[in-house]
Amino acid sequence: MLKLNNIEVVYDRTILVLHGVSLEVPKGQIVALLGANGAGKSTTLKAISGVLKPERGEIIAGSIDFNGVRIDHREPAEIVKLGISQVMEGRRVFEHLTAEENLIAGAHTRHDRRQIRQDLELVYGYFPRLAERRHVKAGYLSGGEQQMLAIGRGLMSRPKLMLLDEPSLGLAPLLVEEIFEIVLRLNQEEDVTVLLVEQNAAMALSIAHHGYIMENGRIVLDGPAEVLRNNEDIKEFYLGLSEVGVRKSYRDVKHYRRRKRWLS
Amino acid sequence: MEFFFDLVTNGLLVGLTYALVALGFVLIYKATSVINFAQGDLVMFAGYAAAVMLGMRGMPVWLMALVLAVGMVVLGFVIERGILRPLVGQPVIAVIMVTIGLSFVLQGLVAILWGASTRDLPLPVRMEPYILGPVFLSPINLVAAVIAIVFLIAFGLFFTRSRLGVAMRAVADDQQAAMVIGIKVPRVFALSWAIAGLAAAAGGVIWGNMLGVDTFLALVGLKVFPVVILGGLDSIAGAIIGGLILGAVESLAAGYLDPYVGGGTKDFIPYVLMILVLFVRPYGFFGHETIERV
Repeated sequence: MLKLNNIEVVYDRTILVLHGVSLEVPKGQIVALLGANGAGKSTTLKAISGVLKPERGEIIAGSIDFNGVRIDHREPAEIVKLGISQVMEGRRVFEHLTAEENLIAGAHTRHDRRQIRQDLELVYGYFPRLAERRHVKAGYLSGGEQQMLAIGRGLMSRPKLMLLDEPSLGLAPLLVEEIFEIVLRLNQEEDVTVLLVEQNAAMALSIAHHGYIMENGRIVLDGPAEVLRNNEDIKEFYLGLSEVGVRKSYRDVKHYRRRKRWLS
Repeated sequence: MEFFFDLVTNGLLVGLTYALVALGFVLIYKATSVINFAQGDLVMFAGYAAAVMLGMRGMPVWLMALVLAVGMVVLGFVIERGILRPLVGQPVIAVIMVTIGLSFVLQGLVAILWGASTRDLPLPVRMEPYILGPVFLSPINLVAAVIAIVFLIAFGLFFTRSRLGVAMRAVADDQQAAMVIGIKVPRVFALSWAIAGLAAAAGGVIWGNMLGVDTFLALVGLKVFPVVILGGLDSIAGAIIGGLILGAVESLAAGYLDPYVGGGTKDFIPYVLMILVLFVRPYGFFGHETIERV
């Protein structure tokens, strides 16, 4: 469905942040894109949705295909119309608009009023809490409700592919679980393909079909989610376990530090 | 006391017009973060165009109003497209300077096109005041207030009821987030300039009628600055309340102070008020409503 081929992104015409990223998101799947801070995950998503320009970023090489159509160098509004919707990191709801106005703004690219009303109810069905607070200004919603609103707003354009950027950021573990469950349901029930960027690797790999690991603007490893979950390196560096259930002691650290295998 | 009521009422009526023009200014600031120093000159340009059209034989007022409204909307679009679009993402100072430049270009343009002498802008409104108990209402003030109220209500409905209005407010809140849901941000920028042009058209006709049309009309338009400082640069409700307060204060100053100093207080009292407000509330009384969750 989505195919990135050797994408290179440069900021301010000088700083190369993506060194040829290639990845593929098959239809109907959830694909996780994992990596540390500054690895280039968010930049990858922004390259797909076409919003690098306000940050003075630019795609200088490679191509992005969506269902056989090239979408690099298109306007963000066109990309939304083609069926890609991004939920940005940090929720980014429109604070001075009510929850419902946020959702209506999310349907901006569509024109069928009846369909939009139906989808509004669909979103309220997935997020009943938003229905209760539909007339509250979004800025006054709790963090969890704002994240739900951001996802709901992304759904209102009826996307075939959703790009979720760190939906777990700053939320309590219970809420994170709730959000991920809903993402999984959206994938299964609404047939929304998902590209999920996360730092919470354990959570992301638990619902994803496939995972990519990014480091310093490159994809360094990829594979089916269950393979990644059992990979020793991933366990050590992203899941925070060395041997399952065993906490590290200083003695181990002192005499042997694991080296990332993909660096050699 | 009767004198006081009379001044306040007429002041409030004039204040509505300030509110209307300030709304155009606030809109541009909210949506595009541009401080538009040329707002007063847009008002002046509209006043000139109206006076010229009415000077033509056989031009009825309604036709003038229609042509002017359409023309000013187009002018707003053209300014955004031609002058501000290329500067998106450039430093604030560059953008401010460009609006100052635009202000003088507009002044020069009207002088070249239509000459610098003062023109009349006659409207078919009667001169004798309506007398309402102790209050003398000047008909032109009433007409101005009605026009302003109609515009303000129309804008209010537009922003809350129409999807495009909601999209404009969304862009004002978070441009990038608006982009990723498919709102065409440049289109919203152009629209906010077009609406500012429309607001300026109303202001130009009303003040042009009261004061006569020449390049000094731009100074009246500049009263949006005290209005928006009072109300807050980014608050639509603030623009309305700021306009009303300013209208009243100005009228009171003219009534009570002018006899002692020989006139002219009307022209600077708003700015005194602006300076005082800046001491106390640098963001205005309503502006910068940052929502913080605790």
